[in-house]
Parts: sequence; C-alpha cells; structure tokens
Amino acid sequence: MKKADTLQGSLDLLALKILSRQPKLHGYAILTAIKVCSGDALNAEVGSLYPALHRMEKDGWIRAEWAERDDGRRMRFYQLTPAGRKQLAAEEARWHTVSSAINRLLREA
Amino acid sequence: MSFWQRLENVFRRERLLREIDEEFEAHLEEAIAAGEDPAEANRTFGPQLRLREQSRDQRVVAWLDALRSDVGFGWRQLLKRKIATAAAILSLALAIGACTSVFRLIDALFLRPLPVAHANRLYALARQGPDDLGVLRIFDGFAYPNFTRLRAAAKGQADLIAASFTHRTDLTYTTEEEMEKGYVQFLSGTAFPLFGLQPSLGRLFTAEDDLTPGANPYAVLSHNYWSRRFASDPAVLGRTVHIGGKVFQIIGVGPVSFTGTEPGAITDIFLPAAMNPDVAREDNRWLRTLAIVRPGVSLEPLRARLNAVSLQFETERAKGFAGMSPHNIELFLQRKLLLQPAAAGVSRLQDDYRRPLVWLGVLVALVLLIACFNVANLMTAQAASRAREMALRVSIGAGRARLLQLVLVENAMLALFSAALGAVFAWWAAPFVVSHINPPGNPARLILPADWRIFAFGALLTLAVTLLFGLSPALRASAIQPVTALKGGEEPHARQRSMYALIAAQVAFCFVVLFFAGLFVAAFRHLSSQPLGFDAGNLLLLETYTPHGQSPEAWSQMADTLRAVPGVTDVAIAGWPLLSGGWAGSISVNAAPPTDTLGWFVTISPGWLGAMKMHLLAGRDFHASDAFPGQAIVNQTFGKTFFHGADPIGRAFEKVNPAGRRQLCQVIGVVPDAVYSNLHDPILPVAYVPFRQLDEKGAVNPAEGGTFLLRTSGIQPLSLSLTLRRLIAQTNPAYRVTNLQTEQELVDNQALRERLLALLALFFATIALLLAAIGLYGVLHYSVLRREREIGIRLSLGANLGSIARLVTSRIFVSVSIGAAAGIVLGVASVRYVQALLFGVKATAPEMLIAPALVLLTAALLAALPAIHRAARIDPVTMLRAE
Repeated sequence: MKKADTLQGSLDLLALKILSRQPKLHGYAILTAIKVCSGDALNAEVGSLYPALHRMEKDGWIRAEWAERDDGRRMRFYQLTPAGRKQLAAEEARWHTVSSAINRLLREA
Repeated sequence: MSFWQRLENVFRRERLLREIDEEFEAHLEEAIAAGEDPAEANRTFGPQLRLREQSRDQRVVAWLDALRSDVGFGWRQLLKRKIATAAAILSLALAIGACTSVFRLIDALFLRPLPVAHANRLYALARQGPDDLGVLRIFDGFAYPNFTRLRAAAKGQADLIAASFTHRTDLTYTTEEEMEKGYVQFLSGTAFPLFGLQPSLGRLFTAEDDLTPGANPYAVLSHNYWSRRFASDPAVLGRTVHIGGKVFQIIGVGPVSFTGTEPGAITDIFLPAAMNPDVAREDNRWLRTLAIVRPGVSLEPLRARLNAVSLQFETERAKGFAGMSPHNIELFLQRKLLLQPAAAGVSRLQDDYRRPLVWLGVLVALVLLIACFNVANLMTAQAASRAREMALRVSIGAGRARLLQLVLVENAMLALFSAALGAVFAWWAAPFVVSHINPPGNPARLILPADWRIFAFGALLTLAVTLLFGLSPALRASAIQPVTALKGGEEPHARQRSMYALIAAQVAFCFVVLFFAGLFVAAFRHLSSQPLGFDAGNLLLLETYTPHGQSPEAWSQMADTLRAVPGVTDVAIAGWPLLSGGWAGSISVNAAPPTDTLGWFVTISPGWLGAMKMHLLAGRDFHASDAFPGQAIVNQTFGKTFFHGADPIGRAFEKVNPAGRRQLCQVIGVVPDAVYSNLHDPILPVAYVPFRQLDEKGAVNPAEGGTFLLRTSGIQPLSLSLTLRRLIAQTNPAYRVTNLQTEQELVDNQALRERLLALLALFFATIALLLAAIGLYGVLHYSVLRREREIGIRLSLGANLGSIARLVTSRIFVSVSIGAAAGIVLGVASVRYVQALLFGVKATAPEMLIAPALVLLTAALLAALPAIHRAARIDPVTMLRAE
C-alpha cells in the first residue's frame, strides 16, 4: 500500500487516461485498470479514488450515470467529457515535462 | 456535474447519501467477487463516514447546503420562542407594510412615469406669481388661444400638448332624462400621436380632428372605462354620447395603459380640444400645457421664449382690464412661466398630497426604526442566552463568517416573514388610504400597480431592516470568546449599553411621532371647529340644471312643491351651495376705481338666510321683487373692507368685472361672517345677491342652474333622495337633478385631508407608543432576569421595595429622559417644515410638547411595572439555592 504515495497528484491523470481508452467504467474497474496497466506497479487507494472521481465530475471532466448490469446490480459508470479530454491532454503534457525534467536531473546530478 | 444538479442535490440529501453508499457497496461487491478478502477490501476504504462527507460535498453546492441547514436550524430557533417571534414579526410586518404602502402611494402619484412615449422629456408649463392677496402661488391653467401661440413659438424645440383639467360631468348614451357621471378630458389632437399611443379599437383622434372649433365631435373612450361601462363591447364604435348639450360620436378606444395625464384621476372619455365650448375664450384658463422637449434642447432659453410669448398674450389682454385695479394688473403680469418636469403627469392631487405624503413617509419610517430597534434588543437578549451555544460552535471549529451567517439567516427569515405579512398589509392599506383621499361622491382614482418597482422597494427595505436589526447582534454573537462564555462569565456591559442606547433612540423617535400626530390632530380639530356662520346639520342640497333656463316664478314654484314634502321644514334656492364654488369681482364704492381686494358673491332666494339659520344683524331679507343688480346683503367683513366700518345699510357699491362692466347694488341687510368657499381661507368679504338676475337691459335672466336647500327635521336628509327626484321629474320635467348631497358633507370634505392625516398619524403614534412600551418592557425584563441573583441577595439583606425598584429602573429612566430630550429637540427643529399643514396651530405651544411627553412617561411607567413586580417577588432562598 505504500505504493500509493507514488500516485500523489497523478491520480487524476491516470483515471482520465484509463477512461480515454475504455469508455464507461465503474470505480472498481478503474482501480483494477490502473493496477493492471501499470503491471501491478501502481495501486490507487479507494479512499482517494472516489473523492477524485467526484471532484472531476463536479469540474465537468467526467460524467457519471447509473446503469444496471445483467445481474441486476446498479453501478455508477464514468466516462470522459470533451472538457475532460482537453484536461487529459494538458495533464499528459505537464506530466511529460515534469518527468523528463526529473529524469534529466537524475541522470546528470 | 452541472450546477443545477448540484443545486438539486442540496434538497435531496437522503437520496444523495444513498447513492454514494450504493456506489461504495457496489465497489465492495466487485472487489469480493474478484477474490479480494472482504475485511481487507473494507479496510482500503478508510474512514467511510469521512469519505462519504467528502463525496457529498463535491456533489452539492456547498454554500447552499450550509444555508439550507442554517435555515432549518433558524426555523427551529424561531419556533422555540413563539411569542417573541410572533411579536417581532407582527411589529416588523406592520412597519414594513406601512412603509411599502406609503411608497406605493408616492410612487403612483409622483414617480411612476406616464405610459407614454418620451415621458422622460415631458414637462408641464405653469406660471408662478402672487395671487390677489400677494401670496406666491403656481397657476397651471392656460387659455386655448394662449396655448396655440405657445405651440407656435415652441415649434422645432418642443411639441406642446393641451390637456384640460379632467372633470366629472353629466353625460348620457340614451336620453337627457337618464344622466350618468363620467370623467372627461379634452386633449389637443396632437396628444395621441405625440404620446405614441395606439388604439385598442377603432382609431384615436389626430391633429386633423382638432383644427376647426366645433367641427369634429369625436370621442375616444379610455380602455379602463370601455371595459367597465361597456364590458369591452366592440359595438360601442359609432355610438353617440351626449356631453354638455353636444353629441359626440365614439370613434375608438385608447390603449390599455393610458388613463389620462392626471395621476389620481382616470379619464373615461377623451374629446378633441377644439370641441371645448371655451376654445376661443381668452379669459378661461381651462387647460394645462404639456411639452415634450426635443432631445438636446436646453430648457432655459426655451422657457424664456415661452415666457415672453405668454407674457405678451396676457399684456395684450390686460389692456382690456378696465375693471381691474392697476395693482392687481401689475401682480397678474408678474407671473413668470415655469417648465416643470412632469414624467409622472400633473394633477391637483399631487399638489394637495405632496407634503402630507412626505410627512406620512417620515412617520412610518420612524415607526419602522422603532420596530427594528425593538427586534434588535430582542435579538441581543437572545444572543446572550445563546452565548454558550455559540462558544461551543467556535470551539468545535466554526469560523466567524459561518456564525455570522447562522445568525443573519435567522434574522433574514424573521424579516422575510415580516415582509410577506407586510406585503399583505400594503396590498390592503394603500387602496384604503386612496379611498379616503377625496369625498365619497368623487373619489380619487389612483392606479396602484403592484409590480417589480414595489417588489424591489419591498426587497430592499427587507434587506435594510435585516441589517438594521440583525447585523449588530450577529456581529456580537459571532465575536464570542469561547473561553469566557463556557466558563459562565459574561461581558454584559457592552451589550447592555447598546440596549439602553437603542431604548433612548426609540423614545426619541416615538416622541417625534407622538408630537407630529398631536399637531396633525390639533390642526384637524382647529379646522373642523372653525365657526361656520350657518347651521350645516340636516341641510340637503339638491343641485339642478334646466337646459334652457327657467323663470324665477318657476323656480319658486318648485321650491313650494318641495316644501310640501313631509319632513321638510324649509326650502330656499341659491346659485350654488356655500363651500362649493365662488364668484368674485372688484368692488367700487361711489364710482371709485376698482379695489385691489375682491368681493365674493353668491346668489340666493328670499328665505335662504332663514333656511341656513343665518340671522340678520341689521336690515331686511330679500323680497321676491328684489334682483341683482339692485339689492345686496353683505357680511360684516364686507362692510369693514369696503365701507371702512361705517354702517353699510342704505349704501351702494358696484361689482366690477375685469372687462369693466359695473353692476350697482344697494345694501339692504348685514349678516354675520360665514365661511364662503374654503374652510382654510380667512373670512372673505361676501355679498349675498338675489337669485333673480337681470340682464343689461333690465330684463329677467332665466337661471339655468340652481341649488335647492332643504332643511329637514326628524329624518335623515339623504333618505328623501328618491322621493325628491321623482317629485321634481313629475312637477316640471325641464328640471334635472345633477347632484344630491348634504351641506354637512361639504363641510366634512373641507377637512378631509387633515382628517386623513390626523387619523393616520394617530394610528402610527399608537403603534409607535405600543412598540416603544414593549421595547422598554423587554429590556427591563431582561435586566431583571440577569440580576436576579443580585436582587435576591439584596432582598435577603433587607433591601426594601423602593430601592429594588430604583435599582431596576434607574438606568432605563435615564435612557428615557435622554431620549425624550433628544425627541423634543428633533421635533422642535423639524416643526417648521410642517407648519404649512397646520393651519394656524402654533406648533411650539407648550401643550403640544407636554402632552406627548406625558403620554410617553405614562407608557414608560406602565411598561416598568411588570419588571418591578417580578423583581419584588424574587424569593432569595429559591434564587440562591438554584445557583
């Protein structure tokens, strides 16, 4: 669980990226996707994921809707909005800038 | 998530929480289904409650959510103290309602623009100058020939509109036998196009319909009248209406909103100015001149130009004033033309009620302040009892702004309830006042819309009230120091100081309200106790009109017929009743030049003096053979003014009209002074002349109109109405009854405005006194409560009742004294602004100041009694044990 710290500040980016690849995911699926796609390297905390999702929903980056699954379970599915797509691009760009800067620093220092 | 959704979520608290929980549950199920350990899955959630709150806060409008919970809490707080809340709401509602009512009246009469194009550029022409008594006055009447000259002179700079004084007159749609009343206004043909008005039906008359005098007998109905009188029947087009002996054809109905140019009067029928019988007369000023000034035209040069034109017109006319004294001609020509803004229209009602309404506004504003201070004190006292709650809120992390909001929300709720109740009050009260403005037979018809203007005023007032009574207690409550409050210590001094200061202010305002109310009541009493000089009781006035005139014999036969009606003891005839009209002329004694002072006339039949119960001081009553010119009976003032105290009997004078015509009269009798046309005026020199009038050749002039006076006994004069109407129609069908009223009504109508003002002022004075007394009681009660322990100790140590009473009341009586002193200063300082409304009542007379002071003191004593009683009944043992 200590790995969660590595996610500080980048949970938004990860969730948006996941949603950009696969529309309509529920919270657990997003959590799993983050884990799977990172090869188990990244693990988001549930307690941070939902507030983040709800905040991004408030900001209009993602949209949520209730849908019933085949087994009758009602789930809340999230999907990206156009504003969220823009936000994702901005976050990605920012991430690349920061990570390459950090990489350079690690190499040269 | 959209703002609206979050807004919605504020009011769906339960459902929102359920949804959040459901999402979390679904997550857990997924996790377990994926093979995770349930306990571990659960643990990853962390503290669920906090998570839930966090999520919820993201999904609602946070400030609104806080507001919602404050409203809920405030509501419970208000309910907890039902009596105090009800009292606060009631007093604020009354005050807010009264203020809104007065604003409604002021807005309708003075502020609301006429529903016409270019109302903002609408001006009214008037002339200002000394009247025949040298008093500066504004005259807004113009003769039509003068109007046409002014219109020509203003060309290119302003468009002039003639609008006659709206008057109530007899008219009929069927036969002359069935007359009804209607309000008629003559408008120049340019009025409708210039005002940009469109007909609801048919067409409106235009400049072409107004070119030739008497050529276009067209009538346009106002929409208001059309819907009232004809139930909006389109078939009204083409029908005819008889007005003043002429037949008019109805060609259209005006727009919904336009009811004439006079706020306070609703015009029923508009006629072209050229159809006015006096259109060619230079001496009859029957119209107001309105001007729509073109954009960019500066007013002063335009005014000067119009002034010159008007002055030239009057100067030319004055050359023919052979019968006017040079002094009066000079005064007449001193009148200076004014251009006054008239976006709201112009009316007599405005002139009559400008000052009274402003003063009424001042009184209700003071009452509102008193009410606000009351509630502020109430709130302060409550804040004291809630100090612990506030301290607790602070210590568990509530910010100051949050506390301020909490208290202000509660106050705003109080204010909103008051405003709602006040709106109901205003909805009722404003029309009530309007209905009392004019005599019942000729009511003021003031349109009182309830639209966004009134709403905005009410909303602003409510906001101001909330801040006024709520801000300081809220600030104080939010500034609480938790440590002191939770320890049980208090900081009573600042709080009490502000309470006593508010009490002093309340007393001061209350004194001012009482003082003004006393003055208005005194003015009304003074006016209505004015000696009339005749007996107005049981005197019926039957105004009649005969289209072609009737001989003096026919008139006296009709009087004889009426005299035979049971219950009628005396009948006489006059040209018009006293207190309802006037007829003046210069006086010349021994062929001297006409006097500056005018003499006033009324035509009467033999026996009129007896019927009025006016007793001759000397000489005799008229005989049937007396006539005007010929004989006259004068009042004492007439003798003093024109015969300089010499015995008038046997002397002669001439009535001289402006054109120089002289009519000789010999004085055959003297009567005591009586009021003539206006109760407010000083006694005028009056000559009573015979109803039988002769023309220049000495032949009898058949009178067209006259008023029968019937003195009744044992029955209500007006109960005879129907009998008399029938009797007159049977006896001589040439007579039409145009009006039936009593002389007492005419007397009462004279003081209508003073009566209304006195009544309303008295009402508000009562409210102010009541509120101030409640305020005093409340503060005393509070201070006894806070000092129960101290009083208990003092009592147990053997203090007597007197010293306890002093202890409880000394501070409050200092406040009351300071307040009363301030009130006296305030009242005396502002009294000169009301002097014009007081008609000879000396405002600074000691009794005018002492009476309200005594009333206030008595109220203060009464308000103090329960608190003293309570203090005296404190049982030291119980008190100390409770601690």
